[in-house]
Amino acid sequence: MTEETVPRPDRPTPLHRVDVAVVGGGLVGLTVAIGLAEAGLEVAVIDRAAPADQTLPAFDGRASAIAHASVRLLETLGIWRHVADHQPIEQIRVSDGNSRLHLHFDAAELGDGPLGEMVENRHLRLALFRRAAEIKTLHLFAPVDLCAIEHAPGRVTLRLADGSTIAAALLIGADGRASRVRRQAGIRHFGWSYGQQGIVATIRHELPHGGIAHERFLPSGPFAILPLTDHRSSLVWTVRDREADAAFGLPAALFEEAIRRRVGGFLGRIAVEGRRWRYPLGLQLAERYVAPRTALVGDAAHGVHPIAGQGLNLGLRDAAALIEVLVEAARLGEDPGDELVLARYQQWRRFDNVLLACVTDGLNRLFSNDITPIRIARDLGMEVTGRIGPARRFLMRHARGTVGRLPRLLQGLPV
Amino acid sequence: MAREGSNARADGASAANLDADELARFDALASRWWDPHGPARPLHKLNPARLAFIRERAISHWRRDPRSLRPLADLSALDIGCGGGLVSEPLARMGARTLGIDAGKEAIAVARAHAREAGLDEHLSYRRALSADLVAEGAHFDLVCCLELIEHVPEPTALLADARALTRPDGLFFFSTLNRSACSYAAAIVGAEYLLRWVPPGTHDWNRFVRPDEMREMLEAAGFSAIEMSGLSYDPLADRFRLSGDLSVNYIGCASPR
Repeated sequence: MTEETVPRPDRPTPLHRVDVAVVGGGLVGLTVAIGLAEAGLEVAVIDRAAPADQTLPAFDGRASAIAHASVRLLETLGIWRHVADHQPIEQIRVSDGNSRLHLHFDAAELGDGPLGEMVENRHLRLALFRRAAEIKTLHLFAPVDLCAIEHAPGRVTLRLADGSTIAAALLIGADGRASRVRRQAGIRHFGWSYGQQGIVATIRHELPHGGIAHERFLPSGPFAILPLTDHRSSLVWTVRDREADAAFGLPAALFEEAIRRRVGGFLGRIAVEGRRWRYPLGLQLAERYVAPRTALVGDAAHGVHPIAGQGLNLGLRDAAALIEVLVEAARLGEDPGDELVLARYQQWRRFDNVLLACVTDGLNRLFSNDITPIRIARDLGMEVTGRIGPARRFLMRHARGTVGRLPRLLQGLPV
Repeated sequence: MAREGSNARADGASAANLDADELARFDALASRWWDPHGPARPLHKLNPARLAFIRERAISHWRRDPRSLRPLADLSALDIGCGGGLVSEPLARMGARTLGIDAGKEAIAVARAHAREAGLDEHLSYRRALSADLVAEGAHFDLVCCLELIEHVPEPTALLADARALTRPDGLFFFSTLNRSACSYAAAIVGAEYLLRWVPPGTHDWNRFVRPDEMREMLEAAGFSAIEMSGLSYDPLADRFRLSGDLSVNYIGCASPR
């Protein structure tokens, strides 16, 4: 990155020239930035929150189920070794409300390590910031507000609130569901709310969880118990919008009682730890992933229902594909913001994302109701799927993120 | 505009190795060199495969790091018939001090403006010149490229002799062109010009296309050896060109001065 001074009547403004500017220093944005900078590209990351704040327990209380393939990506980029705490998922048990029929996925059946890892988001953020700090071609601009995005032939210029300016050949929007980069690029998006909210909390329990993740389909929506380290589990309690305020606002003792009733007795005595969070659930897809000198990744491109725990994993697949396309282009001396280069990324990712969005949307609609014929059908479906080896193994591979044309990083290979 | 520019003397002297009709036709389209949907579309499509070939050969010849973003650092490169700079810019980004030359006045103006916009003017310069002009000046380069040009000049052997004189003894010469085969007639003339309308009809003269065996003979006569060639094949499903063993339509190659 070269620093120049653009003469201005009032005061000098530093101008930073980079190859790629990433707006949004979240989990996916930082992963893309690390992958590109590690390959030698000059990368700027702009975020309005300070890194120190983003790693506090109060900033994000969620934990993420990182699929096996995503773990390989994080390992290959040198991020995983900085993750302080993670819990392997050895089994996934899916059950349907009060029915005793259930699907059971066991990592031992694939014989290739755990199905995934549970990581608290703050631990993942800390690991990303540590890795980012090791790479000298990665430049973090945070906390700072983005004032303007301006297009000129050959570059995109970002004007920041501190008076500095970043000129890049490519702008990556990793700025989440309400993406400003997407809006400003004129990319439309469509989607709908599920009329559901996810309430997230952490519990400490008496008995070990054995590395088993539970997903229960209750009529109001899925209820997930996900194993964390140290006799703790992360809960995702999905409730309908109209019940959300009441459930979220329950006094501590009653909230704990409601949780206890849904978890059951298999973990022994349980206690809620720390605060609760709530997130509205909805499906959202961008009509395109690219625009002139612009590419979208993660939730800026697609927000899926968290039912299958695939939101972050899809974002990391975007990251892996975009890193591979851009690094290959850069090695050939191509302009990273070139229309034909970006078209390769869009072609690769869009089909996969739309497919999974449809599958998770369908699963949620199927399971979030208590109508008898649907209930019987899905019980039968579950029983059938559970008994047929190939179908079950396919679903398991999807949970591990190893279906489809895999970017090299998801195979654990460097780009 | 399915060629990499033109090689003609600025004053258009009759002795120059250029075709005035061709030059006029290409200069008229110059403003659209960088439009991937315009008449230069086949060149935009060919570019990743051509650049991959150049990169791989250069990395093994000069023993550079295969993961490097600047494998041509400290090398000089010449792009003969550079057109709008579709190959010159990537050579400069790969680290080479690059000179692009073209006989077309408009092409050079477009190339210069584009390099400035891309912030590449430091390592990249353009001149309206003919390869013979540089030979007369005694210029030498580590890497000389002459892509999609040979089939557009009246005297290919003279062009290759210039290329030989301009390539350093330990340097590499890269060329790519169209084979004169039934396949190339179908693909480049009927397909690209008339059916797909990628390029304006009349862009190519099939009789000027060069068969790989003729190419090899001309290169040897010009003083090159260690000649390697690879096909550039269009994959319609992926909509990309790939390096292949099929030299029947487009092909690329490299050679070393003997």
